[in-house]
Amino acid sequence: MPELTARAAPPLAHHFVTMRQQTEAARLGMWLFLVSEVLLFTGLFTAYSVYRFLYAGVFEEASRHGVELWAGTTNTFVLITSSLTVALAFHFARLGRGRLAAALLVVSLLLGFVFLGIKAVEYTNHFHEGQLPGKYYTFAEVQGPGASMFFTLYFIMTGLHGAHVVVGMTVLAVMAVRAWREEFGPEHYAPIEIAGLYWHLVDLIWIFLYPLLYLI
Amino acid sequence: MNPSESSVVYNTPNYLNAESGVRSWLLTRDHKRIGVMYLVLTSAAFALGGLFAMLIRIELLTPGPTIMSALTYNRMFTLHGVVMIFLFMVPAIPGIFGNFFLPLMLGAQDVAFPKLNLLSVYLYLVGAVIAVWGMIHGGADTGWTFYAPYSTTTPTKVVPILLGAFVIGFSSIVTGINFIVTTHTMRGPGLTWDRMPLFVWSIYATSVIQVLATPVLGMVLLLVAIEHAFGFGIFDPARGGDPVLFQHLFWFYSHPAVYIMVLPAMAVISEVVCAYARKNMFGYKAVAYSSLGIAFVGFFTWGHHLFTSGQSTFDAGIFGVLSMFVGIFTAIKVFNWTATLYQGAIKFTAPFAYVCGFLFFLVFGGMTGVALATVSLDVHWQDTYFVVAHFHFIMVGGTIMAFLAAIHYWWPKMFGRMYPEGWALVAACLIILGFNATFIPQFLLGNMGMPRRYYSYPAQFWPLNVASTAGATLLGFGFLLILVYLLISLRHGKVAGPNPWGSRGFEWNTPSPPSALNFPVPPVFTHGPHDYTTGAESPPSAPGEPEHA
Repeated sequence: MPELTARAAPPLAHHFVTMRQQTEAARLGMWLFLVSEVLLFTGLFTAYSVYRFLYAGVFEEASRHGVELWAGTTNTFVLITSSLTVALAFHFARLGRGRLAAALLVVSLLLGFVFLGIKAVEYTNHFHEGQLPGKYYTFAEVQGPGASMFFTLYFIMTGLHGAHVVVGMTVLAVMAVRAWREEFGPEHYAPIEIAGLYWHLVDLIWIFLYPLLYLI
Repeated sequence: MNPSESSVVYNTPNYLNAESGVRSWLLTRDHKRIGVMYLVLTSAAFALGGLFAMLIRIELLTPGPTIMSALTYNRMFTLHGVVMIFLFMVPAIPGIFGNFFLPLMLGAQDVAFPKLNLLSVYLYLVGAVIAVWGMIHGGADTGWTFYAPYSTTTPTKVVPILLGAFVIGFSSIVTGINFIVTTHTMRGPGLTWDRMPLFVWSIYATSVIQVLATPVLGMVLLLVAIEHAFGFGIFDPARGGDPVLFQHLFWFYSHPAVYIMVLPAMAVISEVVCAYARKNMFGYKAVAYSSLGIAFVGFFTWGHHLFTSGQSTFDAGIFGVLSMFVGIFTAIKVFNWTATLYQGAIKFTAPFAYVCGFLFFLVFGGMTGVALATVSLDVHWQDTYFVVAHFHFIMVGGTIMAFLAAIHYWWPKMFGRMYPEGWALVAACLIILGFNATFIPQFLLGNMGMPRRYYSYPAQFWPLNVASTAGATLLGFGFLLILVYLLISLRHGKVAGPNPWGSRGFEWNTPSPPSALNFPVPPVFTHGPHDYTTGAESPPSAPGEPEHA
């Protein structure tokens, strides 16, 4: 491909000896960051497990009558599809096809907006139904100890996840611009790779949230 | 800097004079300058935490009210704990000496992510500003442990302090990631894992804990802040919450956090012991792996903080036994350090005095720790001054001894000037004696049943409390003395030269202070650190800058 040879040499920071070392460092750093992200959510998963065990019946009721299964299921498909387009974008960026990669990232971004849109509809419903955390809880259909706790955890877990979706989308948008400018190629692909890793983690956390909050 | 005064050291190009101006410091990505920034910031935090400690000790000078109200007293011990733990002991040694020396020891030009490294300083600063703002505008009276449900209902300003600690947590995670990646990917040619300085091994183990444990603390602090602000009832039994869950989540970080504080101290001691005994480390591998062992076992001991919180007897027993494993790994280190000293050519300098202090505090504090890990004994000592004295001995004593050993040992490398040895030994005596005088009475008080965090006490505890306050005063004078002579030595100290100690640590194969670019010619490593069996004075490095001084 002619534009491959025309592309400027990939940027090697002064403190690295080789491009490979730089890429390895970026990748390892991102994996470690992802580990710390998983542990951030682990605190919430632990809290969920404890209260699920304490208030098994009420949690089941709340998940059956309090949240919309269709919304959670649709969002699961939306996010998994967005992970596919991010993976494809990385693949094509590495081959030097930046424009195609950028287009795929834009598709991922749109899917991100769909996810947030559905989430917003759900949140609106929760507000109208009084399915709110702690002392604001007024939902009549599910009552009893632990009913408000389900929604406390629901809002904190999906809220924190939503914040991660927004951060991930910002990162993807930056990557789309950089891919459009043909910055990536066979030698230089670490930024888009680690951005993709982050997006997959956001996706993966949802894959755990979905059964906990909507299915069981 | 006056050029005539400092001509010998500072007219050669180095990291301090490579660029000038405030901007060059605020935007620097040089790991050495970032280390110096951490030195300034954490020292300021230490002074603040020390001030709170002195106020606590003055209040406890008499059995009744002395200088403050009960609420102010509660705020004082909370702020003392928060500042000392989150702003000093966790970030100090990794932030200052880890940043400055890890790349030098690995033969790298910088840490793996210099921009993130600078970010970690600013996260620390932002977190500190938020927390201190909260302290000025009301403070908190929960103790640094923020136990729910009190912390979620207290009228004091607990939210900014929680958020400050939350932000500082990210600084800690970023530093940890940086050091792990640097150790994995930036080692110079020939520097295999079994040739790495023991400082690096221990800092590496610390970083693993920082990355794995800090996010959980971040989450739990955030939950408490949310609950305090909105009343969601996550830990409030009145709304179905479980306060013991808070304790589990909190100690899942905060127990490993004591190893975040003490492993860097052990890192420093391993370097200093070799340098002043002029011997290779006895049992290098045992010391290296025991750091990882402490990091690993440290994750399975948090339940020993919950012996009296309704935990089952079986769980308590398991956590007690697991806690004692830490004692085994620590003992491995202590025996190897003392075996290194055996028949060494010991040079009794100030850093070496702190090594002796460290060993005493670590062993004494460690033994009382093993005693506290025994459930039946802990029930008697729970929430008494015995616990306070125990963790001050092992965690604070250990960290401060190592911090002072490190600052004296590496001062000539960092700033190119010697500190005054005589004054330094005087200060070391003051501090070690002062520390013992402060906390040995507290062991006795705790054993007699004096509870911690109480504003007043019965008259029979008076004499020992006076002794403790007197000891704290000695400590305070010791630190002031160090501050004064170190600042004076920056200008008037004897010029150090590249290696005043004749140390064989890799970081000494650079000029003092090191140049902005660490190694004009990347060093090649042919043997382990602190190898005193070979003849050469500076073994592994290729000839770098021409030596001066």
